[in-house]
Amino acid sequence: MAPFGTLLHPGTLVYFLVFLLIGLAFGAILEMSGFGDSRKLAAQFYFKDLTVLKVMFTGIVVAAVLIFLSSSLGLLNYDQLWVNPTYLKSEIVGGLIMGVGFIVGGFCPGTSLVAASTLKLDGILFVLGGFFGVWAFGESVGSFADFFNSSFYGRLTVFDWLGTSPGVVVLLLTLMALVMFYLAEIAEAHFGEPKKAVSWRPQSRPKMAAVASLLSVCILLLALGQPSPQAKWERLQGGLAKNLEDREVYVHPGEVAELKKNPSLSVKIMDVRSEADFNLFHIGGAQRLDPAEMAQPATLKRLLTAPDNAVFFLVSNGEPAATQAWKALKASGVTNLYIIEGGINKWLQVFPPEPCLLASSASTPSGPADQLQFDFRYAVGAQSRAAHPDSVRTQPWVACPEGGKAATATFAELSGSTKSPIPAYVKKVKLQRKVATKGGCG
Amino acid sequence: MNRLARPYLNPYVGGTLLGILLFLAFFVTGAGLGASGGINHVQVALLNLFAQAHVDRVGYMAEMGGGSRSALNNSAVFMLLGTILGGALSGWLNGRMKLEIRKGPQISSGVRLLLAFSGGLIMAYGARLARGCTSGQALTGGAVLSAGSFAFMFAVFGGAYALAWFLRRVWN
Repeated sequence: MAPFGTLLHPGTLVYFLVFLLIGLAFGAILEMSGFGDSRKLAAQFYFKDLTVLKVMFTGIVVAAVLIFLSSSLGLLNYDQLWVNPTYLKSEIVGGLIMGVGFIVGGFCPGTSLVAASTLKLDGILFVLGGFFGVWAFGESVGSFADFFNSSFYGRLTVFDWLGTSPGVVVLLLTLMALVMFYLAEIAEAHFGEPKKAVSWRPQSRPKMAAVASLLSVCILLLALGQPSPQAKWERLQGGLAKNLEDREVYVHPGEVAELKKNPSLSVKIMDVRSEADFNLFHIGGAQRLDPAEMAQPATLKRLLTAPDNAVFFLVSNGEPAATQAWKALKASGVTNLYIIEGGINKWLQVFPPEPCLLASSASTPSGPADQLQFDFRYAVGAQSRAAHPDSVRTQPWVACPEGGKAATATFAELSGSTKSPIPAYVKKVKLQRKVATKGGCG
Repeated sequence: MNRLARPYLNPYVGGTLLGILLFLAFFVTGAGLGASGGINHVQVALLNLFAQAHVDRVGYMAEMGGGSRSALNNSAVFMLLGTILGGALSGWLNGRMKLEIRKGPQISSGVRLLLAFSGGLIMAYGARLARGCTSGQALTGGAVLSAGSFAFMFAVFGGAYALAWFLRRVWN
């Protein structure tokens, strides 16, 4: 993830060690904060000791500030971070159940591990109960899968929901946390043991200094804003421009056709041409992607949350328009993204359409690179063998009309196997696993 | 060893450390922290020892450890292992490694252990339903401003506060 690439590969020693070390620090911090003690945790719910609230919200605020600040500074790409997808109903019901478990058992899963590791018997029993809980869930989830998967909003962030910027939300979150901390201090003085005199005016100078610096960072975050796709691209240029220069991302139509046949992959072809060109001819299964809509959150979300086995191909008539789209999407962190070499024009040379579909017999290799060089008689869409080189079909895709160019088509071309031979090519697609397809709790 | 237990960290200092760690986790791995997923993977691995066919049949479990897949070869499991080691290390260094039962003065040890076991069961069930526990949903999702994670957070605190009065004898 650091800065924009993928560093970790599952199964390696580094991968193992990184997660082990993160866990190690996590366990140590929880223990040092007193989370190994169930009485301290439960005291939260009697307003006697609000350590849980203070640690948790300080953690959230500090992490959020650091994440969005480094995103502003271009050190990290927020689009590539794993954001817990929202399943509103199951999250609320699961949360309520967890609240019950919290007050009954005195821990949450993470803290119970720490309690167990310091030999607290109640912690060990809680972990043991946890094993039965996850087992019971695995056994029963099949019976309410509809509910479990309902109210799915995908990667829904608070700032999308409020229609504002991350900077505003981080500031609001920080203010909310500060108000809660202030109330927590008063509550502890009032309900805690021993009782202390409630001081309504904050006394501690270090705390005031910390609050002041936190708020100034929040203001800085607001002033900096989040980078646009264009800005992200400019930061990326080094590595990615080389990918383009070396033509590593331009994939031969033959390879695309082969990959479409692979049942373990989900090949998605995104056509960035005009609607008119798209209707004239497009590759089977292709979807039109309007370059104007590309930067929209909904489009990006769809591409970013695609499963690991999705491979995206951009296609235009030639290469320039697809290359532009590739830059923009790549800058937003879309993985497994390629360009079809030579665009539709090359595709149609490799996989020629039925001759009767064309008004003039040959392609016109002149004109601007991003213009369709084939003269279709009418809007064919994907109703041509050229659109489906990967499929085996005994029926012809089009019944060529009498007269005209159809006469030049041989009978074999019209009624024989519609499968075009796939020419030799250099393989370029390397499926890249997204690092963070699931969070720590996956 | 019978050292005197050292005092706990100031909660705001502990929280700041936690926030920095969470940021680093995101920076390096692209994802945050978690605990319940690791517990789930270990459970599937254990069950797989005795009832492999069953694990293969139940979709939710097969996803983790079905067929030739190893449920233990997962980042959440490594993190779980680290959490236990980290807790033990800190507990040992700070003189808090002690075999004991933490409970309110009005209940017996047996009741406390029974409640701990039941609480763990309920908690873990809820955590899987919510697709994450306090660390994996509230903390991690909260830091990247996931809307659902905030709804979840209020639900957890709501559920616990709603029941706290009825269980006051357990803890006070």
